[in-house]
Amino acid sequence: MAAAYLGAGTSSFTEFLRSAAPDLLPAARLMAGGAADAGPGALPHGTTIVAAAFAGGVVMAGDRRATAGNMISQRDIEKVFRSDQYSCIGIAGVAGIGVELVRLFQVELEHYEKLEGRVLSTEGKANRLARIVRDNLGGAMQGFVVVPLFAGYDTDRGTGRIFSYDVAGGRYEEHRFHSIGSGSVFARGSLKKLYADQMSQADAVLACMQALYDAADDDAATGGPDVTRRIYPVVVTVTADGFRRLTDAESGAVAEAVIADRMRSPDGPTSALRQPAGPAGPAG
Amino acid sequence: MSMPFYVSPEQAMKDKADYARKGIARGRSGVVIQYDGGILFVAPNPSRALHKISEIYDRIAFAAVGRYNEYEALRKAGVRHADLTGYQYDRQDVTARGLANWYAQTLGTIFTDSPKPFEVEIVVAEVGETPAEDQIYRITFDGSVNDEHGYGAMGGQADKISAVLKERYVEGASVSDALAVAIAGLQAQANGDRAEITAGQLEVAVLERGRDHRTFRRIAGAPLEALLAEATAAAPAVAAEGEAAGGGAAGGEGAEPVGGSGAPDGGSATAGRGGTAPPGGEQARPPAGDGGAGG
Repeated sequence: MAAAYLGAGTSSFTEFLRSAAPDLLPAARLMAGGAADAGPGALPHGTTIVAAAFAGGVVMAGDRRATAGNMISQRDIEKVFRSDQYSCIGIAGVAGIGVELVRLFQVELEHYEKLEGRVLSTEGKANRLARIVRDNLGGAMQGFVVVPLFAGYDTDRGTGRIFSYDVAGGRYEEHRFHSIGSGSVFARGSLKKLYADQMSQADAVLACMQALYDAADDDAATGGPDVTRRIYPVVVTVTADGFRRLTDAESGAVAEAVIADRMRSPDGPTSALRQPAGPAGPAG
Repeated sequence: MSMPFYVSPEQAMKDKADYARKGIARGRSGVVIQYDGGILFVAPNPSRALHKISEIYDRIAFAAVGRYNEYEALRKAGVRHADLTGYQYDRQDVTARGLANWYAQTLGTIFTDSPKPFEVEIVVAEVGETPAEDQIYRITFDGSVNDEHGYGAMGGQADKISAVLKERYVEGASVSDALAVAIAGLQAQANGDRAEITAGQLEVAVLERGRDHRTFRRIAGAPLEALLAEATAAAPAVAAEGEAAGGGAAGGEGAEPVGGSGAPDGGSATAGRGGTAPPGGEQARPPAGDGGAGG
């Protein structure tokens, strides 16, 4: 028993689990169990996550709805998490596996930090997450699909960075902004029109909130701000000061502002039809 | 074919214990002490990178003396054990008591089964919500666990240090006062030559009760120098008193051989108390089973 712990071993918690307690790995248990009789459609699914980089950091936001088929299985689920001091992770897909994947990833980062006495680089974290997602490929093939969105503040570069994943563990760095989940098509379209390079943190938070509203507007599985129950999207920022989750009051204030705007114009802000004359650039 | 000589279990255990004690006594000791805001760890350690004090979990830290490679393996094992427990159950289910028990089992098994016992002495401490809930466990090379209250010393001269700590420890002291007491204790181990108390020679860390999530924090560099200045200002006579108290207390408790008292392999090749050798130097000793300590 003690030998598994005392060996020189690895600094990766996932690799340690693989040798000491493989049944605890989310993927291994799924593979052994096979597809549930009821099918993955009966399980709660997380829906839309958006992330956008801004000057000096990155913001990530997620709606609060989980759906099982045509049912709303939870109104106040949380799908955006702190993964360590300088990063956050959001999940879309089968919520049960996603939450466990996040837990594993959180321990993975802290475990490495404690054993090695240093923090993983942003790429290192993104690559570790790719490996964890890849381990679930068997589950994904059976329909238990879950993909994360990872964002972090790169202390070496002083910028926010965003990484998206596919079920095979493919890791792609996204520039400026990205969205995952069932409402991501609408959220991404919205962000494309609202995003500006080097926007401020407050603007980036507002843009993400607008994008989530647009996703909820057109995707049945994405929940909009619930004003009667005061359930608002989870919004987090990662900057040089580290991870910070906006309080419910702060997130609520932004959501209420968006709703107030939409009372006047339901489709939200419109962008200029013609590019104003000026130097060509990626902005706009 | 030759038959091995019969060695009685009593003799075998005694030899192992003597061997471990000698090994531990060669290194310098460490101190763990409660203060008003948490638990303070102090150990003489000139290395910035090879730590004697480390974080295990949110509210749990680990301190050790002895052979670096052995206590480093134990530290990593503790982190693995704690992270696995926390992953399997919940973060609040990782406790110092559980970890101390696990260390005791592990060290006890190694002491009994392995040809060479670990030459380490470790402390596992957990900071609670209130000072009354703080826990400090000292675990020795043979797996014995001591539940310490307020303060604890580890190392070959733990008895001398404990005597000083007992005399000077006060509940609810500030962190600088607690550091002054810890340093007074550590100075009691110096046989004639005074132990260094410069910031560069000390490794200091705290478990801070008021912090969220991960309470462990190292104090090094400028903050440590400031704290040391505060500590020495608070207790200017610490050094002299500490040595006097340490010398007085040593009489009745010096039953165990310490470095230089005729130990077969405890000579000039070891990283002694001179103070210049990094902890890595302790690894430079001949490996276990060199026949020197078998008796």
